[in-house]
Amino acid sequence: MRLELTDDERTIEEVFGGFFRNECPTALVRAAEPLGFDRGLWARLTELGAPAMGLSEARGGGGATLTDLAIVAEHVGRSIAPVPFVEHVTALRLLDACGAVTDALRDGVEIATVALGPVRTDRWPLVPAGAVASTVVGMVGDDLVAVRSDAPGSAPSNHACMPIADRSVEGATVLASGAAAHGAFAVARAEWQTLTAAALVGIARSALDLALVYVNERHQFDRPIGAFQAVQHQLADLPIALEGAGLLAAKAAWAGDRRTPGLVSIDTCDITDFTALAAMAFLYTSDTATLATDRSLHVHGGYGFSEEYDIQLYYRRARGWSLIAGDPARECRSLADAMFGPVEEVV
Amino acid sequence: MDFSLSPEQLEFRDQIRAIARDTLTPEIVERQHTSGTFNSPEINRALADAGFLERSVPGLGKGDPIELWMLFNELEKVSAPVDGISMAMMIAGVVAHVGTEEQQEMILPQLLSGEVLVSLGYSEPETGSDVAAAATRAVRDGDEWVINGAKMWTTMGHVAKWILLLTRTNPDVPKHKGLTMFLIPLDLPGITVEAVHTMGTERTNATFYDDVRVDDRYRIGEVDGGWKVMGVALAFERGVMGGTAMGVPLLHHFRDWAASARDDDGRRLIDDPIVREQMVRVAIDNEVASLMTLRAAYLAALGGLPGLEGSMVKVFATDAYQKASRWFSRLAGPAGLLRFGEPAAAAEGWVEYDARHSPVTTIYGGTGEINRNNVAERHLGLPKAR
Repeated sequence: MRLELTDDERTIEEVFGGFFRNECPTALVRAAEPLGFDRGLWARLTELGAPAMGLSEARGGGGATLTDLAIVAEHVGRSIAPVPFVEHVTALRLLDACGAVTDALRDGVEIATVALGPVRTDRWPLVPAGAVASTVVGMVGDDLVAVRSDAPGSAPSNHACMPIADRSVEGATVLASGAAAHGAFAVARAEWQTLTAAALVGIARSALDLALVYVNERHQFDRPIGAFQAVQHQLADLPIALEGAGLLAAKAAWAGDRRTPGLVSIDTCDITDFTALAAMAFLYTSDTATLATDRSLHVHGGYGFSEEYDIQLYYRRARGWSLIAGDPARECRSLADAMFGPVEEVV
Repeated sequence: MDFSLSPEQLEFRDQIRAIARDTLTPEIVERQHTSGTFNSPEINRALADAGFLERSVPGLGKGDPIELWMLFNELEKVSAPVDGISMAMMIAGVVAHVGTEEQQEMILPQLLSGEVLVSLGYSEPETGSDVAAAATRAVRDGDEWVINGAKMWTTMGHVAKWILLLTRTNPDVPKHKGLTMFLIPLDLPGITVEAVHTMGTERTNATFYDDVRVDDRYRIGEVDGGWKVMGVALAFERGVMGGTAMGVPLLHHFRDWAASARDDDGRRLIDDPIVREQMVRVAIDNEVASLMTLRAAYLAALGGLPGLEGSMVKVFATDAYQKASRWFSRLAGPAGLLRFGEPAAAAEGWVEYDARHSPVTTIYGGTGEINRNNVAERHLGLPKAR
């Protein structure tokens, strides 16, 4: 057991933490709205080898673990960076498993993404990074397919300024079928959830940081508002939720890296199964990011509601990055099947 | 990051699970709810016989906080009555940390036998959260001290042999600096114990001290150094030694019941999508509480006292438990109002019991507000609000 980062993980933390702090100020995030993509930032991230980080070394990648990628994803969240890191690395690992990674994708010249939900008529609706990706991987019935087509380059106007778009399944290449397809896709979906969970932890951390700066600066009734217990207790809940969210996201990544079948036992509170932990981490970090941005915006008072202050950027992304995967209640119900067994058929 | 348990830790966990399985009978659980004394001599003895008490006390034996966490966590998950033994182990840790050699020789073997319990004398009729304002006086008289005052919420006081007593020895200095801690026998002349019955079944006590004379060798820590001893005791209390896994048996009891109970339309309750969603939310909170407790234990294993992490997990786990209890009460409807022994009771009465028991958890061992103050001041660096 080791509940802290290894030296190698700490190095990744320093490199990418420094990168996003220096290269991705909120001015850049604002300038990338409404599409939510900054090509220059993506190019600089590519120079660091980030797109291929999670690929196997045999395929010319960095051989990074899911834990390594989650560290980068957390910094994407901290800076709400307008780059499709999570989608691209998830899609590449899935394509790699099917032997379908091109050099352009590996080098980040082209972007790939994963369609998380099922096809509606002939398209996947609101695919994350769908506005900027040229390759979309997803399920069509019992087939895992890849579609290569021009990225639309624009997104429907949306709450979080995310580069989402509907994508057609026309011209799909089948990568795998049947149980193999469902199995590979389930892993990819769990990886996306795990990395997004890490990014949501990052959003929550930044929201708390912004709140702390503001409540120490802002004076009312002749003292900083952070000296009022009513304000303090609203903020004290956040490091508590964050401690749990960070640990659960890290455990999901650890389970993903183990690649051995795990347990889902409610009675002993023994959960080591990757897909279950990924869904749990995703649900819990979604709530944590929502809570942290709610509380942070609130203690900013009227300024928090103004466009000028950064907390509104985080507030909108906390919701967008989590809800794009669908209704959380639905996610809970599929977790319930794993935890409590399937629903009994009504005769 | 690595969340795997070592083979040795897994073996220890399996041994604790075996003790729980072999020792915890339905009669023991029932006795807890009829007597109001949340203690099982049978379990305490089994743990002592296996050497597990000595092995897991902080600062003694192996002193591995991960094992200490496992011991209480596993017992808590099966609703074993561990309030008595957890307080005894906490005080064993305090004595091992700050007690004299003589005190360690006198007290530790008793506590580690599992036969002898300790009560905690911190709160008073007029002091609760402001515990450093304790007014129970200890006045020096040669080699002895004379103690006068009253303590509240001295749970186990009616069955314990010892009480850890926070006293005022110097009223002329700032309140934190005039406190001294004693660990004294409860059968000394001048001590009376009165029952205080609670909504949550558990019996606690008020204890009164009327010219109680104790030898100086019962003092724990320095004269006027009682606050430091208190810090050690609280660091053990919050987090690692139980009190963070209440949601696990609650979910387990509710799940078993919901799998057989039918709603008005004849559907199993467990198949209701809303019930399923709430159960999953509780399972997630249980996992989070477990990870936070594990991390507090992990930090303690690295040599620290997990004070702040303990405060954090205490706030999280008790809030989550109350939320779960409210959800399950609502989902169970009238059946959730029926008590143990009623055939139609939801989850054999556990839903009703948890609704009565959960309120105290955000009060004892440091209220939610006191722990949030700790987090705001010590973790977030915000100004003292008091």
